[in-house]
Amino acid sequence: MYPSRFNYESPKTIEEAIALLTKGNGEAKILAGGMSLIPMMKLRFASPEMLVDINNIPNLNYHRVDADGTFHIGALCRHSDLEKSSILAQHQPTLAATAPLVADPIVRNRGTFVGSVCHADPQGDWASAMIALDGMIVAQGPKGRRTIAVRDFVTGPFQNVLASNEIAIEAIIPATTGTRFGGYLKLERRIGDFATAGVAVALELSGSSVIRAGIGLTGVGSSTVNATDAAQSLVGSPLTSEAIERAADLAAQAAQPRSDHRGSAAYKKQVVRTFVARILTEINSTKTKAA
Amino acid sequence: MSLDEIKIGGMGASRRRVEDNRFIRGKGNYVDDVVLPGMLHMEILRSPLAHARIKSIDVSAAWAIPGVRLVLTGEMMAARNLAWMPTLSYDTQAVLATDKVRFQGQEVACVIADDPYIAKDGCEAIVVEYEPLKPIVNPMQALAPGAPLIRDDKENQKDNVVFDWQVGDKAATDKAFASADKVSKLELHYPRSHPSPIETCGSIADFDRSTSKLTVYMTTQAPHIIRAAVALVAELPEHMIRIISPDLGGGFGNKVPVYPGYVMSILASILLEKPVKWIEDKTGNLISTGFGRDVYLKGELALRKDGKILAVRMHTDSDHGAFFSDAQPSKFKIGLMHSAFACYDIPAAHLTARGVYTNKAPGGVAYRCSFRVTEAMFFQERMVQAAADDLGIDQAEFRRVNLVHDDDFPHRTAFGFLTDSGQYAKCLDIGLEAIGYKDFLKQKEEAKKRGRLLGIGISTMTEPLGAGNSREYDILGIKMFDSAELRVHMTGKAILRTGAKSQGQGHETTWAQIVAHELGIPADDIVVEEGDTDTAPFGMGTYASRSTPVAGAAVAMVSRKIRAKARKIAAHLLEVSEEDVEWELGRFYVRSAPTRGVTIQDCAFAAYTNMPDGLEPGLENVSYYDPPNLTWPFACYIATVEVDPQTGVWDVLKVVAVDDCGVRINPMIVEGQIMGGLTEAYAMASMQFITFDSEGNCVGSNYMDYLLPTAWETPGFELHEVVTPCPHHPIGAKGIGECATVGGPAAFVNAVMDAVKDTGVRNIDMPLLPDRVYEALTTKKDISGFPPVKTDA
Repeated sequence: MYPSRFNYESPKTIEEAIALLTKGNGEAKILAGGMSLIPMMKLRFASPEMLVDINNIPNLNYHRVDADGTFHIGALCRHSDLEKSSILAQHQPTLAATAPLVADPIVRNRGTFVGSVCHADPQGDWASAMIALDGMIVAQGPKGRRTIAVRDFVTGPFQNVLASNEIAIEAIIPATTGTRFGGYLKLERRIGDFATAGVAVALELSGSSVIRAGIGLTGVGSSTVNATDAAQSLVGSPLTSEAIERAADLAAQAAQPRSDHRGSAAYKKQVVRTFVARILTEINSTKTKAA
Repeated sequence: MSLDEIKIGGMGASRRRVEDNRFIRGKGNYVDDVVLPGMLHMEILRSPLAHARIKSIDVSAAWAIPGVRLVLTGEMMAARNLAWMPTLSYDTQAVLATDKVRFQGQEVACVIADDPYIAKDGCEAIVVEYEPLKPIVNPMQALAPGAPLIRDDKENQKDNVVFDWQVGDKAATDKAFASADKVSKLELHYPRSHPSPIETCGSIADFDRSTSKLTVYMTTQAPHIIRAAVALVAELPEHMIRIISPDLGGGFGNKVPVYPGYVMSILASILLEKPVKWIEDKTGNLISTGFGRDVYLKGELALRKDGKILAVRMHTDSDHGAFFSDAQPSKFKIGLMHSAFACYDIPAAHLTARGVYTNKAPGGVAYRCSFRVTEAMFFQERMVQAAADDLGIDQAEFRRVNLVHDDDFPHRTAFGFLTDSGQYAKCLDIGLEAIGYKDFLKQKEEAKKRGRLLGIGISTMTEPLGAGNSREYDILGIKMFDSAELRVHMTGKAILRTGAKSQGQGHETTWAQIVAHELGIPADDIVVEEGDTDTAPFGMGTYASRSTPVAGAAVAMVSRKIRAKARKIAAHLLEVSEEDVEWELGRFYVRSAPTRGVTIQDCAFAAYTNMPDGLEPGLENVSYYDPPNLTWPFACYIATVEVDPQTGVWDVLKVVAVDDCGVRINPMIVEGQIMGGLTEAYAMASMQFITFDSEGNCVGSNYMDYLLPTAWETPGFELHEVVTPCPHHPIGAKGIGECATVGGPAAFVNAVMDAVKDTGVRNIDMPLLPDRVYEALTTKKDISGFPPVKTDA
């Protein structure tokens, strides 16, 4: 690959990284996993003047669950760390279902969860899961830290609210009061392809009743779609087949796909409808078996 | 006692590939690994537009970048009479565009600099002013009245037609159709695809002014053809040109044509008197180098109601892109398309073929294919299944009725080929048994009751591999023979060189096995070298599954010449007359006293130390082999699938392959070839195509959009074999490299079509992407033609 000329910096602390970004004045890019940035530089779609490689900053590669149930994912936590994580499997069914479907194994070994959310690709899988889970991003800048809900964090395709000298240092999934259920399905033409359509569902149940629901849709809008009506329709009642069908239809309505070489808009809506119904049906049968 | 042939790595030994030792250690030597002193780097500027007139090119900013040594444009090439070059199909192709650009990705300028980064910066600094013209992206547009003329550079070109060609007996075919009980019709498109070797194309040209010698390291499957082409195009003396094709990271037909990048690097090296390296990037390879396929078919079968095929009628419209640069025998304009239906006994056939220019990259390379045979066999097997369904006859039974019988060989096909051997029905039976045909049909009916869609698809075919024979096969007039040169050293070790060029086939392993079989020299004692025109005997290279049928035969024949001379030496050593000497593997002995003998190694030593009077010293020879016929392997591929009615996604349940490629030199390598071919077949059927939008933009310029299957998607394959030796090949072998790529796609497509046929849908064109299958299921209509780039506009 022959990208344009750039300067490479390798800070050892977050503060140092922020100072470099400030100096870069909007022309610097953070390099974490690089799985989207490097290909863009190769094609010279991106020509940053400076790369701030954060891989040498210690203590950013973690994921953990707090005593209260809050889940944290550090800025250098790789997709493959999550894929193999027993903590994730135990506490976060939606994320656990998503992890093995992100890109391909090579990208998962290198790419980071937080980086993927920051990249704000409408076809990114993690953003859908985070929206379904009401997840948040913690950003640090020269003036300190702030926490931003992912639904407010992403402002459009490949756009987020971070200032040019802010770094997303971790992702947070809030604690729950009920029992978590969830799933992620995606249709891709081949492993590593961007989603033709993807569906993330996160539910909290109390007994047989849904007390919280979130549905995020991948690849069917100019950014990740938050299917709030579909999710809301599930809250307060059990997962009956009528409820499942209604939610699936509402999610398909919320999808705003474009026709392209991955399929027509109508087809992508059909896939969303099918996947929402399949995930909810699967949750229902798992729940019944568990009870 | 005779040697154990398997132990010495002879015929039939699944000997490990010797070349893999260096490949898996990262020690291969590819063109990009070659570094020469003072080497400069070349980068190509490509057209962003598919069809546009070039108004101006401003290269001044590129020249201003420190480290830029040379900027070439079409105008500068034209001044040296090098702006255009001849193609392998008697057309011309622009090296660098002068008048207009004719496809997206066409070469417009190039920059030679101290390093590749600077060269790329230089390309970015060039300003080209284009006047956009209406792009033509398919044959229908190209043939429409009033279509803009793409090749206005050619004096007598008045339309976008490249050729109009026909073969077969029109009168007999028309007559058979008139008397048919039923006519089954099918329109199909074999989509444009790219061979896409992992290693892209590239070259390092090194012109030495002091010796006048031009050495070119080049990614080519046919180094000797390139040497001839360079001699003719660049008007350099042939003995001063050395083409070296080192390790190749795949070819699949992509590395047969002559590409503009090669020519530019050669001219740059001559002008600068420095080595100039050009390594194409992946996008450059995908958008500008030889595509495969892109053929539309109108097919008809005349049928008798008992299932007998009376005649076949085919018309093809093929999209050749902007320049007709197919590498194919000059006599046949649409390759060997007329090998279609060769495995069936059909009285009459007629094919008309029209080639057209479009604003796409030059197409029509034989992508793992013996010159359009892939399209031919796909069309054949889709038409066969549709005909069986139209008649309401079981698809296996329909084939059985029409397959050529074992005792009918040699068999002259309706299109004029001579097939010579096979056990077609046996292969079909083995395949049906292995897939559990009857049980599956029951299972399918059961599943249907529960709303599940199962399907089974069969593909049976024989294909012509191993061009040529010199009467009918040539490229640019050069006859398609091949060669081998064998030198046995004093200690019985040997070096073998051939005119073929391995690009993954494993020649270093298998050629040595043929020598071991013929001479009893252990395969490990034989080194194989290919690809250097200064050392290898003249040959036509490796493509179209021709290596084993042609060069492989030459290896056997040269070994036999060596054996004949060794026999004379043996008689001398044994002090008997030559007539009294018998041969067994690795050893000559006295007929009347079998314990008295000498080994082939003894003879080799004597050839340098103790030769008989009147015999030339040494033990080496060369053979040029002109095969009497093509070889005709047969294959039966069967796939079962399940289609998800809600998403159109289909999963492969099982794949069975029965291949008869005659005698197998190295069974492991043969199996690898079949699995690789089936993987490409599955790719074509399910996902792989390069499409274009209405502006002629190539959608598929990288591996995110051009989908190569990975181990995750690729189904498992169950392989079976039947061996019918080739009657004319010295060791009974037939080609195999391409069988599965050629015959495989129809098995997958037929299986999906079988699953959905209750809807009345008769065809979905490849690739069978889930959205196309879903659309067919819901609309109950055929999905035909090139998958369009759908837009909401």
